[in-house]
Amino acid sequence: MSAAWLDQLASLPFWIAVLRIATPLILGTLGVLLCERAGVLNLGIEGIMVAGAFAGWLVVYQGGGLWCGVLAAALVGALIGALHALFTVLLGLSQHVAGLGITLLATSLASFAYRVSFPKVDSPPTIEPFAPMSALPVPVLNAQTPLTLLALVLVPLLAWLLYRTPLGLALRMVGENPAAAEGQGLSVARLRSGAVIAGSALMGVAGAFLTLSAFNAFYFNMVNGRGWVCVALVVFASWRPGKALLGALLFGFFDALQLRLQEGALVPYQFYLMLPYLMAIVALVVVARRAAYPQALMKPYRKGER
Amino acid sequence: MLERRSEVSRVLLVAAPFIAVAFTLLASSLLVAWAGAPVGRAYALLLEGGFGSRFALTETLTRATPLMLTGLAAAVAFRARLFNIGAEGQLYLGALAAVAVGGFDIAPWLLMPAMLVAAMLAGALLLLGPALLKSRFGVDEVVTTLLANFIVLLFVSAMLDGPMKDPAAMGWPQTVALPDGLQFGKLIERSRVHTGLLLALALALGLWALLRFTTLGFEIRAVGANPRAAAFAGMPVTATMVKVALLSGALAGLAGAVEVAGRTGYVTLDMSPGYGYGGIVIAMLAGLNPLAVVAASVFVAGIQVGADSMSRAVTVPTYIADVIVAVALLSMLVATLLAQYRLRFAPRPRSER
Repeated sequence: MSAAWLDQLASLPFWIAVLRIATPLILGTLGVLLCERAGVLNLGIEGIMVAGAFAGWLVVYQGGGLWCGVLAAALVGALIGALHALFTVLLGLSQHVAGLGITLLATSLASFAYRVSFPKVDSPPTIEPFAPMSALPVPVLNAQTPLTLLALVLVPLLAWLLYRTPLGLALRMVGENPAAAEGQGLSVARLRSGAVIAGSALMGVAGAFLTLSAFNAFYFNMVNGRGWVCVALVVFASWRPGKALLGALLFGFFDALQLRLQEGALVPYQFYLMLPYLMAIVALVVVARRAAYPQALMKPYRKGER
Repeated sequence: MLERRSEVSRVLLVAAPFIAVAFTLLASSLLVAWAGAPVGRAYALLLEGGFGSRFALTETLTRATPLMLTGLAAAVAFRARLFNIGAEGQLYLGALAAVAVGGFDIAPWLLMPAMLVAAMLAGALLLLGPALLKSRFGVDEVVTTLLANFIVLLFVSAMLDGPMKDPAAMGWPQTVALPDGLQFGKLIERSRVHTGLLLALALALGLWALLRFTTLGFEIRAVGANPRAAAFAGMPVTATMVKVALLSGALAGLAGAVEVAGRTGYVTLDMSPGYGYGGIVIAMLAGLNPLAVVAASVFVAGIQVGADSMSRAVTVPTYIADVIVAVALLSMLVATLLAQYRLRFAPRPRSER
């Protein structure tokens, strides 16, 4: 048994699965990270991923190109993000409650739209998803689709944006000390809204990965808590893009491992399925003591009010 | 853009729920029209299906019973700013505990209280973990309670496949039924309304009194309003948080037992169509007031029951109920805010300040 899982670690399909499972988590975690760095918790992610998964799939099903689907998912994500920004940034509502409301709204709207478009189907209609980039000379990566490459490229890009550009400095500043940022002549409302909209677009793409790459159809429960895992991974990553990639890969590792441990196991398979969620909680506890939350996270900012 | 009103507008505060519901119906009618149904008839069917007949009303009350309990669970936790999003998991664990204890071989008169206490304990202990992690290590309870829901559902699934599976259930993953003596009696004849409703109503009243008249209630409200000020005033913030967690988890766990003893009779993996998440929405709609939770849960249950019945008559998917509830929640939040703030689009001239 112990040898069996060691064999797994040496096998190529295992690492291919790790990266495939990690891809939507990388995209989603970067999205959450961007929002939270600017001081806004976005619990809408779970619903935005559902909406993105549906929108991307629908565009492709209607005859649009695969990249059109990705774009549609990003747009739908951005649109829902704009709504979240309206509630949390401009109106200063509770970020927890608004986010949960957004998740409920986006999930139910996507399910409603799916049922209206396809009132009676026995099996979910399918599309032709992204093909792997087999021309690439890199093992593991050449079994992935372009969306995985996109996710991997976005990691250093976001890090560069946050740490090497004036915009990134401004974004981090409104997440740490919005009053000081306002004093510097920065618009807190604009920066925060922009971050939430862009971050939500990434969440939409994360959802689209599920329908356009991992699977080829839309299912009602397909996101299945992945959005919440992203929220946990951001804390684990101490709000740093590089560590976010690491966290997503680690989660993918455990998820891929539990799938393979299920075969011929003595313990019911459900306990293996619990492993990744348990790991997310353990990771939160481990890093919590030294977690450096953005100082203004979850604090609405209203001009002239303390 | 937002300017604090010098006085909270009482008129607006009372009108807020009505404005929110009106806006919700207006917005949702667009979706109904898109689904190709006549809007007026669809709403009439929804209203009739949820509230319009004896059958509709009793079905709505049956569905409102667990929602009241999860709504109370969310309301008391949110009052102390303990964001318990785990009521769904607490409900399932409570239901499982109820069935497990229901099979014990103890004095019959002891069995019913033992069953209810077991369910409450299961829910309470499940929330105690995230609450302690929050107060000890600063781990965000939203994420831990959300993740706990998935873990608990997998645990319940394992139990229904294994040790707690009913061998006579023809392979269906469900537990054995509670003995007859443990099932709640009917409150209204020829309906599914059971005495669990009375329990929920009594607890709503009790929770309202607790928050309003007791020291613990005062501490809960103080900790929720400003934890640092509460600590500065010498209040036991951590202890209060723990008590709130136990109370909230117990209420959600009890919802599970009430569903099993009042409606289903046994535990299945689909016994709750999201009662735990619904409770959060209900608590927010009710402005975290336990008495208003009763009204809000009847409203939400009525929409859900009505949408079910409407979708059988016209081509509107039942998901419209979730959309309506979500829009109601968000517009309620905005409407309440506007009672405290006024919108001002142009900045005032400097001389006026």
